Amino acid sequence: MALDMIAFRRRLRTVYGWYAGGFALFVLMLALAERVGMPHKWIGYVFMFATIALYASIGVLSRTADVSEYYVAGRRVPGFFNGMATAADWMSAASFIGLAGSLYLGGYQGLAFVLGWTGGYVLVALLLAPYLRRFGQFTIPDYLGARYGGNLARFMGSIGTVLASFIYVVAQIYGVGLITSRFVGLEFEIGVFVGLAGVLVCSFLGGMRAVTWTQVAQYIVLLVAYLVPVVMLSYKVTGVPVPQAVYGGVLEKLTRKEEALFDSPKEAEVRALFKQRADELGRKIDGLPQSLSDERKRLLQRLEDVKQRSNASATSVSAAARALRDLPPNPEAARETWSATRLELEAKAQHPQPHAAAYPGSDAEDGATMRVNFIALVIVLMIGTASLPHILMRYYTTPSVREARESVFWSLLFIFLLYITAPAYAVFAKWEVYNDLVGTHISALPAWIASWGKVGLVKVFDINGDGILQLAELTLDSDVIVLATPEIAGLPYVVSGLVAAGGLAAALSTADGLLLTISSALSHDVYYRVLNPNASTQRRLVISKSLLLMVAVVAAFTATRRPEHILFMVGLAFSVAAATFFPALVCGVFWKRANKWGAVLGMLCGLAVTVYYCVITHPFFGGSMAAAWFGISPISAGIFGIPVGFAVLIVVSLLSREPDAQTLDLVDQIRYPAELRAPAHSQLP
Amino acid sequence: MPPDQRQRDYWRANLMLTAALLMVWLLVTFVPVYYARELNAIKFFGWPLAFYMGAQGSLIVYVLVIGIYALTMNRIDRKYGVQEPD
Repeated sequence: MALDMIAFRRRLRTVYGWYAGGFALFVLMLALAERVGMPHKWIGYVFMFATIALYASIGVLSRTADVSEYYVAGRRVPGFFNGMATAADWMSAASFIGLAGSLYLGGYQGLAFVLGWTGGYVLVALLLAPYLRRFGQFTIPDYLGARYGGNLARFMGSIGTVLASFIYVVAQIYGVGLITSRFVGLEFEIGVFVGLAGVLVCSFLGGMRAVTWTQVAQYIVLLVAYLVPVVMLSYKVTGVPVPQAVYGGVLEKLTRKEEALFDSPKEAEVRALFKQRADELGRKIDGLPQSLSDERKRLLQRLEDVKQRSNASATSVSAAARALRDLPPNPEAARETWSATRLELEAKAQHPQPHAAAYPGSDAEDGATMRVNFIALVIVLMIGTASLPHILMRYYTTPSVREARESVFWSLLFIFLLYITAPAYAVFAKWEVYNDLVGTHISALPAWIASWGKVGLVKVFDINGDGILQLAELTLDSDVIVLATPEIAGLPYVVSGLVAAGGLAAALSTADGLLLTISSALSHDVYYRVLNPNASTQRRLVISKSLLLMVAVVAAFTATRRPEHILFMVGLAFSVAAATFFPALVCGVFWKRANKWGAVLGMLCGLAVTVYYCVITHPFFGGSMAAAWFGISPISAGIFGIPVGFAVLIVVSLLSREPDAQTLDLVDQIRYPAELRAPAHSQLP
Repeated sequence: MPPDQRQRDYWRANLMLTAALLMVWLLVTFVPVYYARELNAIKFFGWPLAFYMGAQGSLIVYVLVIGIYALTMNRIDRKYGVQEPD
């Protein structure tokens, strides 16, 4: 290795070593400040602005006007640090905040995400990363364009990239808005734009170089923030501060607790009451439109009654008025809202399932459908992981093919640390809820129930009116598990601030990587390679930066509209990426016969089948599960798109001409190290 | 220019390794998932076995698979005299 590279690595280790120490000191000082009376609100502000200022200054320090630095960080990111950056790039707001909650709610069923989002890296390591690095250009469409003869494949690749990444970036910016509005008390919309500023300073000034070095810093913050609360909770419950190693024993105790709790008479009573309400609502839905006008008359009458009473308080009048105002305006709207409420009530009336139970269907057929869906989701998430352009792009930045291979190992190791912790989070949180919360008086519930109730993430409904909380009377949103664990465990507020900073780091780092991927696809692939190949370096960077700004603002604007189906959309991004890219990427390396038309039509058909399946099955597009094939839910639509993509690619390639000699040569270049090619004269007989 | 013998050998070694590791990945992912209900009857340090595999066991194998790939490819590179400087 060159001497300057050794010095560079040594400097990186020193800088990040000091940084990690400094961050620990910063958290400890805030903890002390809290002890001596620093208000919670200020702790939230300090955490948010200090970390954003830090990321922004890394961005400013790494500013660059060099194309190679801007797109691939100069290709000198060591494997270890690229692993950290990839991990931060990978772990989004959904992984950080939502995963533990999904596991809390879904038990074993939630593990499909844990498996899918880690196992995909095996595909990245074995099938893609080393070959992309050896190819060594700037973007994924670059590779598609070079391998599949030109601009059509490149253009398809750019469309797929923008489509998959844009949905994803909106979800990240939405996450930033949520965190800032909950912890710092900013307006949601203002929070979105503050976060956006943090993202932009970074990627705008320094491109991939700034994004990489910021992501390394963000990884350290998010890992610490994720581990600290659950380590402390684990110490509190078991006396051992290694939650990943000891939660098996807690799970065993939890299972016994579940058996006793689920069948207790009080729980059965509450479930029966929910069932009754659901049935009543069902009758109302059947009685539409008559039942709606009856309901309106009844509420009008009640409002009049309340007003008539001489001692009526203002709040009871406004409550009665609100009930009337919230009544759906017409029978169609009533059918929609009432059906949704009825589903919620029916879910509450269900007998809960033990945490570790796999595929607990109501009958054998239902269980089999759950299993098929689990398997389909794991496959789609794995292949989707191996097809997301913002992840694959990171492996262009290492100094060598060898470091690209090692870098995937570091990436997965750093991701692994967080993903094996998430199931422990869920089990410890459940243990606390089942033991400490269920069975307490409604009046004596801890403060976090009220504070998270205000933002609608926790609901308590004493349906049987006995003044005591039953399990079925408590509704937790999946986001609340990670956000509220510090409070559930009774930890100081500084830990909550740390968690918020970690969530922010997760959302910002992913948003950074995605924005850069989108703007590179548009500026490098569409503008420079297709529209204006003579553009000067300076002009390309200007175009790239202005596109980045535009995409960011559009994404932020979309996020402020608070799209309702955002989580579904993110799931869809995996299916879209998997069905569009995976067949073309993998066949490009492993099957020389794959050609332009095979790849282009394969991408098109894979994408089309995936989108079509979503449209016919997801209510968002007006579809319904009645149209489903094999009972597969729309989030796994890619399970049909991927095989179709492969089949079309293979059949069309075989029916059309073999790729030209130049392309075959390229495949050889990608497959073996350049030095392996023996000098030409040695091939003479 | 068609690949010469050394290149074909190198590629074959790479393919064998890739196929073997993909097999490990496939088995360790889908066997515990498919037989989850049956495996959950077995206890492993408190965890039901299928739950443990999904939450931790399979993940450890993934990390190892990628590590083994990186190390073995380095060895193959050295054998063919094409290792990259570190």
